[in-house]
Amino acid sequence: MGPAKFITTSARFVLSGGLAYWLWIGLLLALVVWGGMAYVDQFQSGLIVTNMRDQVSWAFYIGNFTFLVGVAAAAVVLVIPAYVYQWGPIKEVAILGEILAISAIVMCLLFVVADMGHPERFWHLVPIIGNMNFPSAVLAWDVLVLNLYLVLNVVVVVHILYRGMQGRHYNPNLVVPLVLLSIPAAVGIHTVTAFIYAGLPGRPYWNASILAPRFLCSAFCSGPAVMLVLFQILQRTTKIAIKDAAIWKVAELMAYAMFLNLFLLGAELFKEYYSATEHLIHFEYLFKGIHGHTALVPYAWAYVICGVGAFLLFLFPATRKNIITLNLGCLMIYASVYIEKGMGLVMPAFTPDTLGEIYEYTPTLHELRIGAAIFSIGFLVFTILCRIAIPIMTGEFTKVETPATSRASARVASAA
Amino acid sequence: MADTPANRNACTGTGPEASPEILGLSLDRRNFLTAVGLAAAGVLAGCSSEAREKYLQKHFLELSPQEVERRLSRLSAEYAKQLGQPVNLSGTTARPGVVFGYALDLSRCIGCRRCVYACVKENNQSRDPQIQWIRVLEMEKARGIDFEGANPYYDPDKVPDPEHFYVPVACQQCRHPQCTTVCPVGATWQEPDGIVVIDYDWCIGCRCCMAACPYGARRFNWGEPHLPSAEANPTMHYLGNRPRTRGVAEKCTFCVQRTRDGRYPACVEICPVGARKFGNLLDPEDEISRILREKRVFVLKAELKTEPKFYYFYGI
Repeated sequence: MGPAKFITTSARFVLSGGLAYWLWIGLLLALVVWGGMAYVDQFQSGLIVTNMRDQVSWAFYIGNFTFLVGVAAAAVVLVIPAYVYQWGPIKEVAILGEILAISAIVMCLLFVVADMGHPERFWHLVPIIGNMNFPSAVLAWDVLVLNLYLVLNVVVVVHILYRGMQGRHYNPNLVVPLVLLSIPAAVGIHTVTAFIYAGLPGRPYWNASILAPRFLCSAFCSGPAVMLVLFQILQRTTKIAIKDAAIWKVAELMAYAMFLNLFLLGAELFKEYYSATEHLIHFEYLFKGIHGHTALVPYAWAYVICGVGAFLLFLFPATRKNIITLNLGCLMIYASVYIEKGMGLVMPAFTPDTLGEIYEYTPTLHELRIGAAIFSIGFLVFTILCRIAIPIMTGEFTKVETPATSRASARVASAA
Repeated sequence: MADTPANRNACTGTGPEASPEILGLSLDRRNFLTAVGLAAAGVLAGCSSEAREKYLQKHFLELSPQEVERRLSRLSAEYAKQLGQPVNLSGTTARPGVVFGYALDLSRCIGCRRCVYACVKENNQSRDPQIQWIRVLEMEKARGIDFEGANPYYDPDKVPDPEHFYVPVACQQCRHPQCTTVCPVGATWQEPDGIVVIDYDWCIGCRCCMAACPYGARRFNWGEPHLPSAEANPTMHYLGNRPRTRGVAEKCTFCVQRTRDGRYPACVEICPVGARKFGNLLDPEDEISRILREKRVFVLKAELKTEPKFYYFYGI
């Protein structure tokens, strides 16, 4: 099988599906068009269609970007048990984590582009042909490390699928080093993203050394939460078999990550509230509101309650092995981290602004539509890649294509 | 961010010449990038040569003097057409032996905001949406300088109000500016005479500088800026008050178009009570140096070590 066949076969997988599949694709495409039209508007009139202003100069887009960097980084929760500890049940599904990482990075990059005043000047950021402010600008590092992580995952996934379609095992001399490199790269993308914020002395809410560790801990809960829900959906809608042991192990790892996340949050809250310096006002805005400005308060408490609740659900084996409480916990973690890394991270740092002014931000419909379009693109990427990967993982593909390859398909399943 | 679409598509597409082996991947990617490059070149070829040159222009600091001249004359013609009047767009460089400094006498300032509007007029800020580089904060006398509770929207019948004093804040022209450090594309930098400038043609509008500035000095063109031609100031500098476009950051430049020609900034000239002082920090005879010597000055947020060249003092 050559590359041309790889493409046509992949296309055949993607284009074949039942009514539910096409309804899902149709829904995503409709959202892309709906949000894409909002983006055309924004491109023509400028970011004035958002509710960001000089006082709150980053908001919904950058919050989503930060959250999704965490989702992407969390692929290592699967990669480490699979490739470092060679743990079978997770190794079988590790490729799904890599596919999720690809989808999440695509969304991250799109959110950054959506936030730019001059997206058409993106080439100014490209090393050599542009004028990347390296090494002093952390955003320049972030662009590099995000693209590196994307390339690593794309190469690994395409290689495994390509070999899988041929009924061959992946080349460990290529995949293992790249996968091992993707572990520090995953830590890197979230650390560097945290440093964009933590490095700013003028924003005391962010200027804390605890920020990067908090980012990593929350990422290692939210990413797997997304993965566990997706695993169960795939288990129902496709022929893929994901062992319960894999799901429970991921849930156990999430309990540890959530504990660390809550511990670090507590450490930060203690320091801010006990010393009660001028920095406290941003936390007060988040948890109590200041001068009657309380837009974030319900969300802030929702994130604390969901975080603690999910931690308890994942702590006890009985509740993390029960499908209902497991999924409830996943939803609570998703909600908790989405609020924490979105509204909870970005807005309080700007409220009040550096000269004490309070501007209360809420996203406009344009921002929500553009966000919906970007999430839909991410889901499309995930759906399409899974559509190609799953028949190869389950061996359905090789059985149909080449009858005498039961050995090959067994190898492929273990490869994936 | 730069090569997103390329990376994304490289995973789903493999070129016709790719070998089935692992190296095929990098080959495919290269072919793909070449194709994208050719397509982009095709789009650019379809544009007018002027638009192409504008889009692919070099960074300002990499231009030769001839290239600077060419760019200035191209932009002059553009702005003259836009404003319906001849403009004088200069690219005057910093004079050797000059580092500009500013001092503001808080005991004289009466909060009249004449500086705010003189600045808008001089520096061609957008009138709609309204952009102002100077923010005058009204503060309670009993609390001293405390940004929490400062009011930029004070509107009494008469200033100064006996209970309050006024702190005008614009770009503090830091010696260690955070905004230039974080700019991912080097679109903002500190000139040899200490002025922190922005190249509006290079800014990508990511607003890292606005997150970084501890003084809220930077303004963003959220929408298309509107500058009525009757109100435009035709004396412009490339790094200062030339018309901006939407999607770029801007801020005070110490009126680079005036001060590099030996004039005072507009806010110094307009101030009815003489609260604003400006000069060359390297000249011991200059008024600014005398103030630093004889008065007790301070800077805002000194603990951040940005070391502003904008000083405040109580003169009386």
